[in-house]
Amino acid sequence: MTVPVIVVAQPDWGIRFPERPTAGGELQVLPLPNSVCVPLQQHTGTEAIAVVQPGEHVLTGQPIAAIRDHTLGAKLHAPISGTVTRIQRSAVPGRRESLSIFIESDGRDERWPNYLSRNNPLRLSTRELRQAVIEGGIVGLGGATFPAGVKLNPGSGVDTLILNGAECEPMISCDEALMSNESPLMLLGAQIMLRILEADECIIAIKQGMDASFEAIKQALEKLQDDRFRIALVPPVYPIGGEAQLIQMLTDREMPSGGLPWDCGAICQNVATAAAVARQLTSGEPLISRIVTVTGKGVRNPGNFLARIGTPISELVAAAGGYSEQAAGSLVMGGPMMGIRLPGDSLPVTKACNCIYAPGVDELANKPAEKACIRCGDCATVCPVNLMPQLLLQTLKVSDYERLGQLGLPDCIDCGCCDYVCPSDIPLTRHFIDAKQNLWEISFEKRRAEKAARRISEREKRQKRDTDRREQSFEDQIHAVTDTEAAKQKLAALLQRVNQKADDS
Amino acid sequence: MTGVAAAIGVALWLADRYLPQQTDSPLEQLNSLLPNTQCGQCGYPGCRPYAQAVLSGEAEINQCAPGGDATVATIARLLGKSTAKIDPAYGAYKPGRVAVINEPACIGCALCLDACPVDAIVGAHRYTHSVISSECTGCELCLPPCPVDCISITPISPIKNSAKQVA
Repeated sequence: MTVPVIVVAQPDWGIRFPERPTAGGELQVLPLPNSVCVPLQQHTGTEAIAVVQPGEHVLTGQPIAAIRDHTLGAKLHAPISGTVTRIQRSAVPGRRESLSIFIESDGRDERWPNYLSRNNPLRLSTRELRQAVIEGGIVGLGGATFPAGVKLNPGSGVDTLILNGAECEPMISCDEALMSNESPLMLLGAQIMLRILEADECIIAIKQGMDASFEAIKQALEKLQDDRFRIALVPPVYPIGGEAQLIQMLTDREMPSGGLPWDCGAICQNVATAAAVARQLTSGEPLISRIVTVTGKGVRNPGNFLARIGTPISELVAAAGGYSEQAAGSLVMGGPMMGIRLPGDSLPVTKACNCIYAPGVDELANKPAEKACIRCGDCATVCPVNLMPQLLLQTLKVSDYERLGQLGLPDCIDCGCCDYVCPSDIPLTRHFIDAKQNLWEISFEKRRAEKAARRISEREKRQKRDTDRREQSFEDQIHAVTDTEAAKQKLAALLQRVNQKADDS
Repeated sequence: MTGVAAAIGVALWLADRYLPQQTDSPLEQLNSLLPNTQCGQCGYPGCRPYAQAVLSGEAEINQCAPGGDATVATIARLLGKSTAKIDPAYGAYKPGRVAVINEPACIGCALCLDACPVDAIVGAHRYTHSVISSECTGCELCLPPCPVDCISITPISPIKNSAKQVA
């Protein structure tokens, strides 16, 4: 069987970066860390609840935190065996600080015995499969860390699964390393996800030029003999690895504004997520490690490393040969376009951590000062969601938030393309991130005001009802006294006496 | 051509004459733009009285601190005035806040129940009170009546973009 390959045409948006060397597809396994720090909040949703106590001994893969009832979240598992030393608040890369479980290694990496290993996961029912994905604490490993069990929602009308190996940002190559090394596992994960979703086809998106990955996937597919799979070669344009962008390029369906991927019948899962699903359903190993790219001129030997969750980032840097002479002294989680600057290298690797980028001094040149917008429109031509950044900026300057909503500001994906091309060096994305926050606050306050207005009018009605009732009952009491027979006789007698007096005088 | 023009003219005249006019009065429109916290920080006893005062020209458009600069801007557009910043004399814009009762300290006096314009506090005499945070507007009107100062105004933490630093 030949594997169907689609070559996707160049989109009319985005940026083609000059070729930069990536760390390539080679994968190195990081030595076991002496201690790990596992933040309870490292996924989209609410913070997990610790189910272990300080002093307790845990084994590798043992559940250490559970999902809070009735909320969106993900389970956490011990990445190494050892003793829980403390549970306290600690910094989390790219998030606010959260409670974290610290585990000191005993060096044995002893596996939890209650793993459920299976020989043929594809014979399980949809429900069992989905439950296993939730048990494994698996989240989207492309960076958004959305709980995978929730996204793999059967009956949501999804017919196409897209495996995203397109690697959004330049310089990141963790997905390339995964595909080159673990293609069969990844494809099994995709088959499991297809079964859960009851979907009919799977498109594996990889970038043109990822030859090693392409060969690995092709070989694995030829062995697998499954005609639901296709490979799509997407052009190396940033940000083609974005979920909505990829769905549109591959299925020609556009995600509605403010909508979700399954609104258009397709969902995207990262290739690493697929591999994690397969691992959980075969060996029973939950999500306790991930591949991290360490790159940039700031480190001596850039590369891809398989690291346990919770490993200090400093150990990754050490494995990459340590800081080079050119290191700019700062670290970024994610790529050069959308990455988040880290406060230091003592922070742990989280499920979201796809890349540690240590820029060199020359890569982090001081940004030139912002100049006035000349309305050239370059930003509108690169915007992958068809916004008009120049118009958004102008509207933002006069705080017209209503119009910003109409212009589609909430659809901005923070990709930074407009910043990159702006000849006036305007930090548009920075402005938009703040404005989205404000817009969110304003719409929240607006909803709150509408609710308050309703409640106030109800309260006024109730107060009026109460006063009316009180007056009514007062009158009733008077009548109760004046209407009785005895009272009437008394009144009549009184009236008679008054009349008599009048007659007498 | 003349006939068509005449027909359209008559139709337009009829529409103008008999179709309902714009439904909301200026007062209603203005009132719906305000945050409806009824906090009284503007110096008027509630949002509607303030809206009335703005329409009559008695009050300035930038006296509503809970609404923030964005509300001033929308009012300015509605009334065709130029926008302004919130007048600091009437307080500061503090979005996304709710009242929280420190329950162990609450003595159950029920004074705050009456003060709340949106009935967001539940409780009874000699029983602990509690704020329904989804209904609270953060107007701070419950603070002054509390004899033991056990109510505080705290920011709510909705799911939002964390302040990112783009490299």
